[in-house]
Amino acid sequence: MKPEPRGSGRRAGDDYSVGRETAGTEGAIAMATAAITAERENYLNQEYGIKSWLLTVDHKRIALLYLLSITFFFFIGGFFALLIRLELLTPAGDLVQADTYNKLFTMHGQVMIFFFLIPSIPAVLGNFLVPLMIGARDLAFPRINLLSWYLYIIAGIMMLHCMLTGGVDTGWTFYTPFSTAFSNTKVIEAGLAIFVSGFSSILTGLNFVVTIHRMRAPGMTWNRLPLFIWAHYATSIIQLLGTPVIAVTLVLVVLERAFHLGIFDPTRGGDPILFQHLFWFYSHPAVYIMILPSMGVVTEIVPCFTRKRIFGYKFVAMSSIGIAVLGFLVWAHHMFVAGISLYAALIFSMLSYLVAVPSAIKVFNWTATMYKGSITFATPMLYAFGFIGLFLMGGLTGLFLAALGIDVHVTDTYFVVAHFHYIMVGGAVMGYLGGMHFWWPKISGRMYPEALGKLAALLVFVGFNLTFFPQFILGYLGMPRRYWQYPPEFQVLNVLSTAGSTVLAVGYVLPMLYFLWSMRYGKIAPANPWGAAGLEWTTTSPPPTFNFDHTPVVDWEAYDYENIPAPEEARVAG
Amino acid sequence: MVSVAIFAAIVLFAVRFRRRRGVPAEQIEGSTPLELTWSIIPLGIFMVIFVWGAVIYFKERTPPRGATEVYVVAKQWMWKLQHEEGQREINELHVPVGRDVKMILTSQDVIHSFYVPAFRIKQDVLPGRYTTAWFHPTKAGTYHLFCAEYCGTQHSGMIGQVVVLEPAQYQAWLSGGGATGSMASSGQNVFLQLGCSTCHRSDTQGRGPSLAGLFGKPVQLEDGRVVTADENYIRESILTPGAKIVSGFKPIMPVFQGLVSEEQLNALVAYVKS
Repeated sequence: MKPEPRGSGRRAGDDYSVGRETAGTEGAIAMATAAITAERENYLNQEYGIKSWLLTVDHKRIALLYLLSITFFFFIGGFFALLIRLELLTPAGDLVQADTYNKLFTMHGQVMIFFFLIPSIPAVLGNFLVPLMIGARDLAFPRINLLSWYLYIIAGIMMLHCMLTGGVDTGWTFYTPFSTAFSNTKVIEAGLAIFVSGFSSILTGLNFVVTIHRMRAPGMTWNRLPLFIWAHYATSIIQLLGTPVIAVTLVLVVLERAFHLGIFDPTRGGDPILFQHLFWFYSHPAVYIMILPSMGVVTEIVPCFTRKRIFGYKFVAMSSIGIAVLGFLVWAHHMFVAGISLYAALIFSMLSYLVAVPSAIKVFNWTATMYKGSITFATPMLYAFGFIGLFLMGGLTGLFLAALGIDVHVTDTYFVVAHFHYIMVGGAVMGYLGGMHFWWPKISGRMYPEALGKLAALLVFVGFNLTFFPQFILGYLGMPRRYWQYPPEFQVLNVLSTAGSTVLAVGYVLPMLYFLWSMRYGKIAPANPWGAAGLEWTTTSPPPTFNFDHTPVVDWEAYDYENIPAPEEARVAG
Repeated sequence: MVSVAIFAAIVLFAVRFRRRRGVPAEQIEGSTPLELTWSIIPLGIFMVIFVWGAVIYFKERTPPRGATEVYVVAKQWMWKLQHEEGQREINELHVPVGRDVKMILTSQDVIHSFYVPAFRIKQDVLPGRYTTAWFHPTKAGTYHLFCAEYCGTQHSGMIGQVVVLEPAQYQAWLSGGGATGSMASSGQNVFLQLGCSTCHRSDTQGRGPSLAGLFGKPVQLEDGRVVTADENYIRESILTPGAKIVSGFKPIMPVFQGLVSEEQLNALVAYVKS
């Protein structure tokens, strides 16, 4: 079905500015005069000084505060990961002590999950883009937004303090009774740090839900929302409903450890399996907190670089909601060998297959969007390709794990490690990097170097596969996870994996360097360098503090690529 | 297969529909029939895999009758195993080819997991209760035994081996070990030592219910529930007798929590089962 072209008889180019009457004209002018208006007042240059940043309530500045802080934690977590891989280069435990190794993988997990992946896309790109995409001046509660960043920072300092004063060795999963009665490390501090970071996550989710409900520009109906917004809406629901459960669970761990209550410890009448139920009730949906926003990013990138509207808008939107709802009903698939009943295992296995359906729908729709498109291969699109490929691998191995018979063999082995890294790094981080490249011109007002961008995307993809694909085989051969030393027959694959991790590390450092470089030396970005649809591209780059000079009025559908001129060949070809 | 098809489609589309001058993208809104197709067909495939996996799991989780029993106590960081016949082993399990082996597992401290990759079995070992796993060795050899649930400093050192022997060799191994009588008989000793026999008499005159032939039978409780007398029930009734009172009896049995070791407990369970 073809949409009625707006203002038939006009050329597409004219149509574009007419359609986006208010802010669009502004954007078009800004685009034409980008070089001159580089000093136009925007959110970056409106105020200077530390105070103007630390006390800001501008969602865009808070997004940048988050960007800095999560990047810091990403490199700490990455450093731990490299040490882990170096230790596993040889079968003997020789580089670090066993206890140190246990702390390394524990804190790698905690830092990467709670201090990088959970806030990554929502708190940086979501914070920056949700108001821009729906045509609002800011989030519904700007001060709460700032509060959530401060909570994150307090939690981060607590976590750093915990690391520097001895660390924690329970695994990021805090399994009881090890965590409550046996570990000699700083479990209470780590638990409280994650407890506090949870509130930061809840407040971000709350802010997004209210903003998306209440702050949409006139004409921006639910069916015209960019799918990035739908994905964030679904994510926010999980953050709101799931995070309190992990918060309560961690408080119970702290109480049992400090005051010896008998909640999880069987010698005091508790039930260790109860902990696992409570923990995974949040921590499985948490995977969707990480992956849904990433899917949202890919859903923006693919239409832009195929010059097409998204295939099956409503199905993609509803699949986000479907994933959020079904994602709450599958937690016990982490526990098939933990000692739950046969019938519980049966139900959770079946439900796990149901949640795979909406994920599959998304992959099919992205693929179908490419059909008969006009595809260019700019860096964001390369990341989107990478995302689809790696997510597909992660998803399909998830089907293996959800199959009860196979799960018994491969759970708690490197197969699981590889699987969730394909989802959380191959999926979530690829989407995050793709999004960072796609919106970097909007965020910074500068273009990143395209050729280096492509190189980094390639390094990340190759390095990632080299690191984690061997781990599928290791797991299938029976190497358990969290092993400091291992039987020598597993060495070859471990060496491959370690080699891959160094390539991956280069792939991650490179974008950070050229993003920093581009802030000063990059080409000035026009308002809409990709010829992308979406309100965020109708305002200047970087946007003014209140985003739009006039409240935009939306009278077009999302992904209206038919009526938007494609950008210069040079810009996307690099 | 599906993944290969999707990869192929992505590569094909990426090449076939790369940007060319003068060829604009064709706008396609979507297609409900197509959406339904690619929702329902994968769902069908998923359900087939689900049933397939579930059938294997049910077999894997249901020990056959008449299997040889091995009691396993896990602790930081070793496996202590005891055969029905009484042989004790540490970090090693000897079994004969062709005989079903059922393991009754418990932990003295944190959660461990009994994992023999070659046998495709893995079962978490929990403190405070029994879990079970079973296997049927078909080929003589030595196989890795790993702890698969992170349990502290020497988690990766909590490894051992399962040695599968030809029946003749197994007999030789059995007679070589210093077994001091079967588990049931050492359980009987504990039973007498702790004075259990004063109340749990083999006739019906005792102050406690008779335990003869109890194992595997349904038990009518005071509060109206009926439970099956399995290993976990016996264990719980020894450690915290007040939890489930048998109909017609008074809650007078003392608590043995903390008074018996895991090994004694296993022996008692083996004795009650015999």
